[in-house]
Amino acid sequence: MYFLHSSIQSSSYFFNLFEFSTITRSKDSIIAPTVGVLGGVSGKKMVVTTTISSSDEHIHCTFGSRYARSSLPRFKMPADSMPKDVAYQIVNDELLLDGNPRLNLASFVTTWMEEECDKLIMGSINKNYVDMDEYPVTTELQNRCVNMIAHLFNAPVGENETAIGVGTVGSSEAIMLAGLAFKRKWQAKRKAEGKPYDKPNIVTGANVQVCWEKFARYFEVELKEVKLREGYYVMDPAKAVEMVDENTICVAAILGSTLTGEYEDVKLLNELLTEKNKETGWDTPIHVDAASGGFIAPFLHPELEWDFRLPLVKSINVSGHKYGLVYAGIGWVVWRSKDDLPEELVFHINYLGSDQPTFTLNFSKGSSQIIAQYYQFIRLGFEGYKSVMQNCMENARLLKEGLVKTGQFEIISKDAGVPLVAFSLKDSSKFTVFHIAEALRKFGWIVPAYTMPADAEHVAVLRVVIREDFSHSLAQRLVSDFEKVIKELDELPPRASVKTAHVTVDKANGPQVKKNIVESQREICSHWKKIADKKTSSVC
Amino acid sequence: MVLSKTASQSDVSVHCTFGSRYVRDSLPRFKLPDNSIPKEAAYQIINDELMLDGNPRLNLASFVTTWMEPECDKLIMASINKNYVDMDEYPVTTELQNRCVNIIAHLFNAPLEDGQAAVGVGTVGSSEAIMLAGLAFKRKWQNKMKELGKPYDKPNIVTGANVQVCWEKFARYFEVELKEVKLRDGYYVMDPEKAVEMVDENTICVAAILGSTLNGEFEDVKLLNDLLLKKNKETGWDTPIHVDAASGGFIAPFLYPELEWDFRLPLVKSINVSGHKYGLVYAGIGWVVWRTKTDLPEELIFHINYLGADQPTFTLNFSKGSSQVIAQYYQLIRLGYEGYQNIMENCQENAMVLKQGLERTGRFNIISKDHGVPLVAFSLKDSTRHNEFEISETLRRFGWIVPAYTMPPDAQHVTVLRVVIREDFSRTLAERLVLDIEKVVHELDSLPARVTEKLAATAVMEEHPPAMVKKTAIQVQREITAAWRKLVADKKKTNGVC
Repeated sequence: MYFLHSSIQSSSYFFNLFEFSTITRSKDSIIAPTVGVLGGVSGKKMVVTTTISSSDEHIHCTFGSRYARSSLPRFKMPADSMPKDVAYQIVNDELLLDGNPRLNLASFVTTWMEEECDKLIMGSINKNYVDMDEYPVTTELQNRCVNMIAHLFNAPVGENETAIGVGTVGSSEAIMLAGLAFKRKWQAKRKAEGKPYDKPNIVTGANVQVCWEKFARYFEVELKEVKLREGYYVMDPAKAVEMVDENTICVAAILGSTLTGEYEDVKLLNELLTEKNKETGWDTPIHVDAASGGFIAPFLHPELEWDFRLPLVKSINVSGHKYGLVYAGIGWVVWRSKDDLPEELVFHINYLGSDQPTFTLNFSKGSSQIIAQYYQFIRLGFEGYKSVMQNCMENARLLKEGLVKTGQFEIISKDAGVPLVAFSLKDSSKFTVFHIAEALRKFGWIVPAYTMPADAEHVAVLRVVIREDFSHSLAQRLVSDFEKVIKELDELPPRASVKTAHVTVDKANGPQVKKNIVESQREICSHWKKIADKKTSSVC
Repeated sequence: MVLSKTASQSDVSVHCTFGSRYVRDSLPRFKLPDNSIPKEAAYQIINDELMLDGNPRLNLASFVTTWMEPECDKLIMASINKNYVDMDEYPVTTELQNRCVNIIAHLFNAPLEDGQAAVGVGTVGSSEAIMLAGLAFKRKWQNKMKELGKPYDKPNIVTGANVQVCWEKFARYFEVELKEVKLRDGYYVMDPEKAVEMVDENTICVAAILGSTLNGEFEDVKLLNDLLLKKNKETGWDTPIHVDAASGGFIAPFLYPELEWDFRLPLVKSINVSGHKYGLVYAGIGWVVWRTKTDLPEELIFHINYLGADQPTFTLNFSKGSSQVIAQYYQLIRLGYEGYQNIMENCQENAMVLKQGLERTGRFNIISKDHGVPLVAFSLKDSTRHNEFEISETLRRFGWIVPAYTMPPDAQHVTVLRVVIREDFSRTLAERLVLDIEKVVHELDSLPARVTEKLAATAVMEEHPPAMVKKTAIQVQREITAAWRKLVADKKKTNGVC
């Protein structure tokens, strides 16, 4: 069999022989390496082993093929193609070593949806959201979602008005857009007043998600964090309002702190800020980061005033992929009114003859998540969301009671708020929450442990997020696994490093050793803290 | 006593989807409905409404991938509930991302020593990639100017007027002035000489495009590099180059390996490429790679702990699905260099088929170049009776989505139709499209010219003073043109070029 690879010109001919030539050439490099033939180098050569090797490809099973034996180049593109079933198997098998998303209790992000919705997602996976002219229905569904969310958050939208908002990849993009709008509005105001506009700042609690930090750094806004204190892990409205100055573009409140699930008191913040605005004439607005709480409060605590019912709340973001019950990749931001979104930030595109304003950082992206969000809205309705949230709350309560019963933990999370259970060890002299997190991994559970932010950083907690798909039986199972882990850790001698320190006690002189123990403990602590000090990882 | 009660209860579980009341009731469109509905009904309602969307496979407006192998679809669906950002929980996914970055960096000839990890990141698309790259240039320039004790509040960026809208977005959102090199008739890419002329000490970078969205042409990055090197030497400014290879990055290395446009040129500091264009993955993946670690200011990087090792991250988005990253890795190892080359050759070949078919009709001027991204851009030789927009509109009836748009400033009197040749646009489809375009042209030929012109013509007959009528006809035509142009100007950058 002869092949002059580079001489094949006709594409149709080429197309027909594509697979065959691939195989032949790949075989060269493997079967007859001694002849000095390398894959990727095209040339004319006679291949004696072709008959055998080509049957190899078609008859052998995946794991009988040479691809399961040879190592893949990891940092360079392989020269040759490989059969698709083999490629599938290789990628699939390596991914077996990833954690199971359903057992990942670290994350709010949805890991289960109904099969019908999976079908819709797969059906629209090749649809580019940004081609609004080509896919008008998808655009329309997005607009409907924005309106539903705006109404859910009590935006003052008139009967025939459409709400102002946009679908994003996640709350990060949503927050950056909202922050950018505040910044530009503040700049315009300062320019109009003839005042300097080069030192904007934003006031938040130290418990904010890392994306606020990102926004501040990338868009050159100073982040003024209200420090936390032990036992009070959300932003103190009084302190926040104190920090507001004329350069403050907005105060960001969090509905559902990532650390404890607690709602910040937006109503109080609104009152205090209204008062301050009256005194100073500054007109500082509020943004509510309702990434996790935005789809809980309206269903479980409809009387709680945190949204557009408060006059200073100008924009709200919410993650569709958290309690909006859609897979990762969808967030929403809604503005109170058109005036709150500076026109200069909006790009206008023509959408079926009518004007479609867009305000996004991303451009091309899939449409699946938007369609899935719309599915959830109409499938579940208010009733369905409410039942799901009630179930989550109920399962959180069950887990909490189970943990309290062990007598080892102090519960830090509040009952009202996002359904999560955050707890710390009463006595961490023998083992720490980090040891528990590690031991739970062996059972399959992914439960993160982390330290609190500045001014409460000596508190280390474990956090379990209760999602829709974390059912009663899983909660019970988790409690019993917790019990097992604690028992196991109790029986173990203290950790190796401490043990070594003990050994040194026996051998050497007293005071020095004590220092050693303290030192090594500090090392352990700082090591763990380093691992844990990652807002990025634990709080999505 | 309600007799029908029993009947209505059984309704939900027994009746078929289209027999149920849910397909009869109207859904609230702007408010969350109060009650739940069965999942089958919800599925059917949405699925059916989506039938009215265009068919992505027939959307020839977009570079974005619309077909992948079923094996890859399986991988995508299996990892759709995996959050890419949970690196600690999903270490393999993170590793696959890092491998993709390294493979791409090597493909672009990044100066990496053996075992050295490439600097780059996976993004949602080229927009995010470009913003990250732009931000890095801006911060680097700011730091330099601060050090020199010079003002650093007026950064600018030099590009051709043919750039994608996201550069404009970057400029507006990150407060950088966008200096566009104007195009001219017959030359639809950035002129390197003019670009270098526009560079001043506040220029954070010059952005060149590999594969202009308008006609697929590659800009001459090598010449730009040479000219800029000279200018840098004269002025001591050290202005770098970014290459926006969104569409061409996965073409040039396979079809024109000898073309120097990448890190082989010393001033090229970063390159972005869309995984969802000729990277052959569904929408939602882009890549940006930096030449070396020093080209990415440390202060922009957020460090997270990843299995005890440090994982630097630099993204605008946070939580997102992992499917696209995994799909990209699948394509890279499944196809290899050979596979990508074969596909790009096929695309090029099918572009030629289409081009020749169009030329044979004798009605079109081909504007795209043979050398470049596989697309065919063409305009009507004679658009007095019918214009490109009418052709585009008429083609819709056959199912084809072929956009028409006007060129950017200084060439805006040229209107073109553009067909992007993707992997899944086979020769059969190409031949079919030529046939359908022929049909459309014939059909339009037999039609009278546009209604407005007809009216003008009628006006002539109705014995108004001839001079006056002539003016009206021209006015009407001008109005039509202006209206179309506005329509197109509004949507062109945003819509035509993804």
